Parts: sequence; structure tokens; C-alpha cells
Amino acid sequence: MSWVLVLPLTIPFVTAIFAFLFREQSAGRWISVAGSAALVAASLVLLVQTIDAGVLAAQMGSWAAPFGVTLVADLLSAAMAVITAIIALAVSVYALADIDADAERAGYHALFNVLIAGVMGAFLTGDLFNLYVWFEVMLIASFGLLILGGKPEQIDGGVKYVALNLISTILFLTGIGLLYGMTGTLNMADLAGAVESADPGLLSVVAVAFMVAFGVKAALFPLFFWLPASYHTPHFAVSAVFAGLLTKVGVYALIRMFTLVFDHDIGFTHEILLWIAGLTMAIGVLGAAAQNDIRKILSFHIVSQIGYMVLGLALMTPLALVGAVFYLIHHIIVKANLFLIAGVADRIAGDTDLSRIGGLYKSAPFLAVLFFIPAFSLAGFPPLSGFWAKFIVVKAALDVQGWVIAAVALVVGLLTIYSMTKIWAEAFWTPHPDGVDPSLATLAPATRNALVLPVAGLALMTVVIGLVPGGFMSFAETAANQLLVPDAYISTVLEARVE
Amino acid sequence: MAAAAPTSRGHGLLGYGPTALALALFIWFLGFLPVVSAGQAASWAVPWIPVLGIDLAFRIDGLSLTFALLISGIGTLVLLYANSYLTGDPQFDRFVLFLTSFMLAMLGLVLADDLIVLFVFWELTTITSYLLIGYGHDSEKSRRNALQALFLTGAGALAFLAGAILLGEAAGTYRISEVLAQGKAIQDHPHFTAILILVFLGALTKSAQVPFHFWLPNAMAAPTPVSAFLHSATMVKAGVYLLARLHPAMSGGDLWLYTLTILGVVTAVFASLLALRQTDLKQALAYTTLMALGTLVMLLGQDSGYAMTAFATFLIVHSLYKAALFLVVGNLDAATGTRETDALGGLGRVLPMTALAAALAGMSMAGLPPFLGFIGKELTYAGMLQVASFPVILSIMALLANGLILAVASVVAIRPFWSARQPKTPVKNAIPWTMAAGPVVLAVLGTIFGIMPGLLQNTLVAPTVLSLTGDIAETKQLKLWAGVNLPLFLSLATFVLGGLFYAWHATLRARLAMLDRLPNLDEAWDRFMASIKTFAIALTSRIQTGRMTDYMAVTFSTIAIGLIATVLLRGLPPLSPSFADVTPIHLALIGLLLSGTFMATITRKRIAAIAALGVVGIGVALVFIFFSAPDVAITQLLVEVLVVVLVAIVMLQLPRLRDYPNRFRPGHAVIAAGVGGSVTLVLLAILSTPLDRRLTTFFETASWPEAFGRNIVNVILVDFRALDTFGEVAVVVVAAIASIALLRQNRKGRS
Repeated sequence: MSWVLVLPLTIPFVTAIFAFLFREQSAGRWISVAGSAALVAASLVLLVQTIDAGVLAAQMGSWAAPFGVTLVADLLSAAMAVITAIIALAVSVYALADIDADAERAGYHALFNVLIAGVMGAFLTGDLFNLYVWFEVMLIASFGLLILGGKPEQIDGGVKYVALNLISTILFLTGIGLLYGMTGTLNMADLAGAVESADPGLLSVVAVAFMVAFGVKAALFPLFFWLPASYHTPHFAVSAVFAGLLTKVGVYALIRMFTLVFDHDIGFTHEILLWIAGLTMAIGVLGAAAQNDIRKILSFHIVSQIGYMVLGLALMTPLALVGAVFYLIHHIIVKANLFLIAGVADRIAGDTDLSRIGGLYKSAPFLAVLFFIPAFSLAGFPPLSGFWAKFIVVKAALDVQGWVIAAVALVVGLLTIYSMTKIWAEAFWTPHPDGVDPSLATLAPATRNALVLPVAGLALMTVVIGLVPGGFMSFAETAANQLLVPDAYISTVLEARVE
Repeated sequence: MAAAAPTSRGHGLLGYGPTALALALFIWFLGFLPVVSAGQAASWAVPWIPVLGIDLAFRIDGLSLTFALLISGIGTLVLLYANSYLTGDPQFDRFVLFLTSFMLAMLGLVLADDLIVLFVFWELTTITSYLLIGYGHDSEKSRRNALQALFLTGAGALAFLAGAILLGEAAGTYRISEVLAQGKAIQDHPHFTAILILVFLGALTKSAQVPFHFWLPNAMAAPTPVSAFLHSATMVKAGVYLLARLHPAMSGGDLWLYTLTILGVVTAVFASLLALRQTDLKQALAYTTLMALGTLVMLLGQDSGYAMTAFATFLIVHSLYKAALFLVVGNLDAATGTRETDALGGLGRVLPMTALAAALAGMSMAGLPPFLGFIGKELTYAGMLQVASFPVILSIMALLANGLILAVASVVAIRPFWSARQPKTPVKNAIPWTMAAGPVVLAVLGTIFGIMPGLLQNTLVAPTVLSLTGDIAETKQLKLWAGVNLPLFLSLATFVLGGLFYAWHATLRARLAMLDRLPNLDEAWDRFMASIKTFAIALTSRIQTGRMTDYMAVTFSTIAIGLIATVLLRGLPPLSPSFADVTPIHLALIGLLLSGTFMATITRKRIAAIAALGVVGIGVALVFIFFSAPDVAITQLLVEVLVVVLVAIVMLQLPRLRDYPNRFRPGHAVIAAGVGGSVTLVLLAILSTPLDRRLTTFFETASWPEAFGRNIVNVILVDFRALDTFGEVAVVVVAAIASIALLRQNRKGRS
């Protein structure tokens, strides 16, 4: 059934075209919402079918693998597709109130939907070069979104973003060339088998090239500069979708390649990843502690949290991969939501600089609740989703006697509390320096609904994942097993029927 | 502090509802007394997270039930009290939500039979405590103290979490009753010491033992009902609970004995000295709470039946009198507007019920007969005397602490009401019955249990001892008159000492000022928090410099180091370059490419740099031509010309490069050489291995018969890999949209 794989990719492109055609009218933004809703439905169908079948694959252009391009979904890909669609829907509703008419006229909704298409493509492709194409689609669309508004700091952030990401892209392309030279194939499932006859030392070198290329995308230490340089500058809707999805594509690519293709020398490659994970966690969280603006704090926390996911990959035990998968899903929801909330705080309290705002706890208690949930989830407090994510990763580390890395993960958790309570204390508890009482009631009802509904929905998901994590974790366990033993993935891709 | 004069109605249903809930829970728990006093336990379990082996398991035995009754019982009275105490407070809805949530979390904590479930509730009490300490959120001090409590107990909690994970791993289960069923076998596990230390860190931060004690007096920033409930009667005993819970499996070793005994005693003595030092009654009570926690911890360090019985008794005694006295102080505060000891006096007649409660609770705290406090103290002395290694020193320390506490009890419970020497404090607000009920009920219970200790003996104390030791026969008799023995003499000595301390307490307080010269951990905490920030800023400003050249340099260095290090550590297959095919044209081409590259790096003019890059591009196109890919070469040539022309046009618009330093940068040269060299090396290695031509062969054979195109490259682009081309088309379109947006904004910005 190839259409279930193709639809999640097609819907955002079609949405983008129509949203662009109607960019001068309000229809444009509703097309974006409707398209995202359809995307949620399509990706849920994909998820259900993937759960049934284990792995789904479709040969594009009816060329058998490895000669054409294959789209493929295992549980991880399908879950990422669903979560991408959910974030897309939440952000496009939020955008109803957040994106001004100028930005819409400049093509915001088209860029946004192309970005989503790129993310979807990256999650669903089974071909390494095709993955590179989706990376490019994401890069150019995100650059467009980043500079919408044209403020000087946006341009400055945008240039750093694009330049550093281009280095990654070029390195990625170089890596693809090298790998093709070694194996003569681009299909990832095919690569998994082909690399077995490759020279292991050479393969490790190529693996490191990929690690650096994806490391830039995932914002690992010491390659994360572009992220804190740019994420605090664009529209809130834009930074929310970036925060939720972009780095996670890098993490996904790392997980995919370093479980499927580069698993020949785990003692070397994954040991590097372990060190990088620890440093990324620590440096990221300290970077956050140095900031005083909500979005800058949150940006550094993305870096820090990526470390936990990579730690799951680095440990490469079944439980650790469960942790990585669970962490990915949890984090996308929570982090996108926190950026959305920063936007609401900015709207009613006037800024995101903590020294210029306050009083939200007293006069905007509902917003306080909505912030508290993702913030303390991020900080790893039970029984919210972030606790379980951290719990599994730490347990996985302790199970293999990784005392130091477990200690780092726990201390970084403590410093995450430090940052989240800083926002809580200064934006919510401290009275507003101007003596005003910022309140959601000051917003027009339509604006308020558009801003608060997505936030509330995502917060609810955080609570549900936290309270009944059993099902999500069983799912993550099956997904992790597919990653560790990719036989079904490989055979499905290589044997998928040509229609 | 109350916002308006307290009324018995308070906030109506908003206050009474949760009170009724707490009462219902209390009555429900009472129903378990028959089962538990028979030495049995009730338990439930449903699977929660099968993947991790975590069940929602709960179990009621003696220890849990004692705690559950204290939590729900005191909870009932405190909720009733708070409803009036916070009359007119606009944020009472949140307050009561937090307080009720706390109560439920605390109940979950003591009932949980799964280590991880216990931890979940443990952290829920931390969060609710944070929100309640920060209740007066407008004040900087409240916010700071809330964070301090959260951070310190949160740090301990993370240690405990690691300990719980390791314990679960060592025991093969998270189910506490199953861990305990394995007896002391766990102590042979290689990770036992680590587990113990981690559990200690969690328990001793939560129960505020030296050197983690300082957050507790600061937590008094919370409204008084919170202090009575969380930071005296229940939450701070969570650490004690955890130690008691694990006592059967983990006690007995030297590490357990010495850590708990020494920290407990030091905390008890240190805290009772500081208690006398305070002039704010609430602060004084906070320090006596520390003393009580120290005593409990010290008792848990032991194994003897006396110590265990003393623990079970003192736990109940302390909760009853201390909650009562906190509420008494709350009443003094609500009635007069002050809690300063020297400002309070002559209130006995004006606040008769409060005064009665204060007297009864105060005497229990002082350890006078016939109150339960007396029995608790006697048992404690008996327990100390059983300690094998240093009974004398311990007993003397305990004597000192108890004497001081007697003096503090007098200062708090007697002096404000009955001292003839104190000025009469004017009373502004009347105390409604709802605020008198709590202290009176608690104090009277302490009296009744003292006169009739049999009521507690088999119902709660013996089952608790069973939980602690596994043997109900270890329980000692609770008696007011235990005969003429050493504990009795120690009790008498306590009264004398305490009397002397009270008589000279003003002088002593002044003398105790020298304690201020001790290292102040509270101030050290501020410095610690500031240093985190300073360090973070220093580090971050070095990493995230804001300079593009730094970012580029680090990124390219990472590439170079990564590749070179891997080549060195992992090795490459032997290179077998063959120079047989090299022609002079090839060499010329290489020369062209190299000179273009070199030119681009050294020129100071943008235009020249672009032109030099154009030379490189054309060189690449020539490579394609020589290696028989003319169509690719044409594309490359076209793109190259376009890029040079377009960029040159853009460059003309830019200001001239002026202060661009024309110096050789060896660092950059090394990085560039590293990246270029390592990639070249890898490329050579790969070219030394034969290429797998499966794809090429397929495209060659299938292009015409199956895809109906003779130009293989075109067929690849539009058919075999059409999805790539589709994506690239999207890239071009989006690039156009983005450029137009940028240009339009630019134009608008200028106009």
C-alpha cells in the first residue's frame, strides 16, 4: 500500500501550493490548518498500518530497490511522522494569531508546509541521497522562515544558521559519495548489507564524517553554534516548529545510520557518541544557565536535551534505545510547546527577557499551569513524560555500569530544574516590573483561542504520556527492537513489491 | 500571614471540601487498624509500566499506617485551620489545591510498595512544597527559599533515584516488600555501599540533616499551616520514612550505624542550640523540628528493640505536639500580628483554648509526665543506652538536646501566655473555633496517649516495630512508670538542666551568638548559586562567541580532527595509487584547480576571490569533460558562469572591504589543509577498492527498454530517482520565494 507512505509527503506540498496561491487572503492560513489536520489523519493511518505490518515500504516510480528511491516506515519513522503532523497542526493553529499579514503575504504558510514536507521526507525515506534532498528542502524552507520579518538580528542569525548548516550539508554529500564509492548503493537497507564487505577502518572514517554532518543538524557539541544564534529571532510559531522538529531530524538520522549501517565498530563510533552526549548535555545546560531570555534559555536546553537522546543511541542497549525513542517523542512535544508558551508570555507580558516581565502567576494562572507542565516535564519531574524519558536513559547507563555518564545525566537534570525555575520565578512569580497584571483576558477571544488551544493540547499530551507511559514505552520497546535487529526493515525494503 | 480577620467560615466549601476529604481518608485508614495490629498488611498492585517492571503497588503495614494516620489526621486539622487562617486570601484556591495535592502525594509516598512509585510521590511532595514555600511569591525571600528547598531536596532526590535504580537492579525487583523479603542478603551485593550512600543522600536532604539542614528553617517562609504540616509533621519525615522502610534490609552495617548515629546526634544538638538562639517563635520551632528529625535518624541507626520502640513512639509524639505548637504560633500571629518572643505576653486569658493547647503540647514536647513526650523521651534514653559503641557520649548529647528543648518549649508554649514579666500584647483578631480545634485536638491526644499508652502500644507502635525489625516481639512496653532505672535519672537530669536553661535563656541566647561565627551554609548556598551562574556565563561566552569565524573554525576543525583521528586509530586499507594514466593535461588541470584555490585564499578583493572560484569551477567542468561526462560538464559550466556573474553583481553593491587584515593565518591554513587532506586521503583509499557497479549496470541496461530514454543521466533524474529531482525543484522554488520575501522586506525597510 504505497499511498499511505506517499500521502504524508504529498499533503504538505499540496497544502503549500494552495496556501501560496491564497496567501493574500485569510483563506491561506485556514488551508494550512486544514492541510495539517489532514496530515495528522494521514500519518495516523500510516502509524496504524505500520503497527500492523511491522515495516512498510514503497518503491517510488515503480523501480525495485535498490535502483529507485524507496519510502519506508518502521515504527520509529511512523511515530516521528505522527508527531511531526501533530506539531504542524498545533503550530498552524497558533500561527493564526502569531503570524502577521506581511509574513503571510511573503509566503509564510507555503514555506512552513514545505518545511513540514521536508521533515516528513527525511523521516520516511529509505534512501541516503534522498535524505540529503530532504535536508536541503528543510534547510532552504527554514532559512526562508527564519528571516521573515527582516529584523537585523534575524538576518544575522539566519546567515549563521545557513552557513553552518551548509557545511554540514556538503559534508553529508561528501559522505554519501564516499559511501557510494565503497558500496555502489544508496539505498539504506541495501547499504546495511553492503558495508559488511567494506574495509572496517575506512567505514569508520566515513561513519565519523556522517557523525559530524548529522551532529551539526542535531546541534551536538561542539557543532551547535547555529542554534542559539538563530532560534530566538523569528516568529514564535517558527521557533516552536524549529525547536520541536529540526534538531530531531538530525538525531533521527544519527539513530538510523548508526543502528542500520554503521554498527560494525560500536566500541569506537558509539564511544565517541557517548562522550559527545555527555559534553552536549553539560555544555548545553550551562549555556542555558547563562541566559536571561526565555527563548535563549530554551534554545540551549534543546542542545542539552539532545545529549540525552544521543546517550541512548551511544549506549546501544535495548533499553537505551527505548530511552532514545521515548525521549525523542517526549521532547518534541514539550520543547515546541515551551516556545509557543514563550510567545504567549511575550504577547501578554510584553517581552521574553526575564528582567522585563513578571506577574504571570498572579494574573494569568491558566498560562502558569500550561507552562508548569512542560517546564517541569523538561526538568524531569515525575510523573510527567520527561521523568520517564530521563529515567530510562539513566537506568540504561547504570545497567552497564556507566557511573560517570549517569551522574552527568542526573546533574544536568538538576541544572535543568535551575533554568526552568528561573523562568518560573521571574516570569511568573515575580511581580511585573511595570506594575501591570498581564492577563490572557486582554487578548481578543479568537487570538486567545488560537494561542492557547495548541498549548493546552500539547500540555495534555505531556500529562497523558506521563501518567500512562506503559503503552508508549511498549511501543518504544518494539521500535527499539526494530532498530537493533533491522532484519525486517531490510527485507521489507529490498523485497517490497513493485506496483 | 492572614489577609483579613480570620473567620470560621473562611472560604466555605473550597475549604471544607478538602477538609472533609482528609477526614474521610483518616476514617478509612482507621479501618485498617485491626488488620495491621494483628501483624498483617494489606496490599494492592496493578501493572503500570510492564516494560520497566514498575507496578502501581501499595501496601499498608504498621509503619505506613502510622504515617498515613498522621498525614490524613493532621491534614484534616490543618486544612480546617488554613481555611480560616487565610480568610480573604485571593489565592486560597491555589493554596488549598497545592496543600491537598501534597497530602495525597505524601500518602502515596508512605503507601507505595514500589521503589519507583515511591520516588514519583517523593518528587510530587517536593514540587508541592516548592509551590507552597513560594506562596508569598511577591517576596524575593520566599522565591529564594522555595528554590533552595527544591534544589537541595531535588539534588538529594536524584541521588535517591540512582540508588533506587541500583537497588532494583541488585534485588531484581522494584517491589519494596519483595526487596525486604530478601532480608539482609542485599548487603552482600557489590553495589550495596553505593546504594546506601545514594539513599542516604536522598533521605538526609529531605529530612534536613546536617549539613543539609539549612533549607528547613528557610522553608518557614511558607504560611504557618504549611510549616505545621509539611515542614514539621509530615514531608520532612519522608526521609526518615525511607530509612525506616529500608531498615530491615539495609541496617546493621557500620556505614549505616555510624552515618545515621553521628549525623542524627550532631543535628539534634546543633539544632537545639540554634532553637534557643531564635527570637521568632516559628523559627524556634523549625529548629526544634530539626532536633526531632536528628533524634529519629539517630534512633534508626540502631537495631535494638528499645531504639525501635522509641522511634515508633517519638514519631507520633513529635507530630502531635509539633503540629499543635506551629498552629499555636499561627494563632498568636493571627491574633496579635507578631511572632517575636519578646513582644508576646499575657495572652493566657485572652486566648484560652490556644493557651490550653500550648500548655499541653508544650509539656509533651518538654517530656514531662504524664504526657506521651515523657514516654518517648524515656524510651529514647533507653535506646541510646543500648548502643554498643559509645552509649555515654550519646546519652550526654541527648541529655543536652532534651534540656535545651525543654527550655524552648517553655519559651514557646508558656511564656507568651503566662509569664508575669512579659508585657501584655494587644489582640487585634479573635481566633475562631476552626483555628483552636487543631491545636487542642492534637495536644489533648498527646495527653490521652500519655496517660493511656496502651492505646498506642498494640495498635501502632508494635506493628511499626514489626515493620522495622521483622519481629514484633522486639517491641518494648510503653509505660509512664518504668521503675527506678537509668532513663529515669536521665529524665530527672533533663528537667533540672532544662529548668536552668530556661531561667538563663536570655543570657544563653546572647552567648549563642557565637554560633553565628560558624561557617554559614545558607550564605554559602547563595554563593554557590551565584558561582554556577558566573561559571556558566564565563564558559558560554567563550563557546558561543557570536563570531562567525570562530564557529566556522571549530566546525571545520571538528571535521578535520574527526577524520584524521579515525584514520590514525582505525587505519585505512593500503593505498595503491597508480600514476600510469597521468597525462600532462591532467597535471595542467591540477595546476589550474590548485592555483584557483590558492588565489581565492590569498586575495583581498572580493571580485578576485569570486573569479578565482570560477576558475576552480571551470577546472571541475574540465575534469568532467576528460572523464567522459560532457553533459554534466555543460551543466557545471553553466552554473559556474551564472554564479560568478550573479555574485559579482551583488558584490558591486557591497561596500569595499577595508579593514580586512591581510595577514597569514596559520591556524586556518592548518584547518583547511586538514579537511582537504583527510578527505583526499579517504577518497584515494576508496578509489583503491573496486567499485560495485550494480546500479550503473542496471541503469545502462534498463534505461532504454524499461524507461524509454537513451540519455541515462536524464532518465536517472526524471525517472529512476525522480523523487530527488522533485525535492530539488522544491528547493529552487522555495529559494525564489525566500529571496523575494527578503528583497521585499529590504525594500520596505529602506522606504
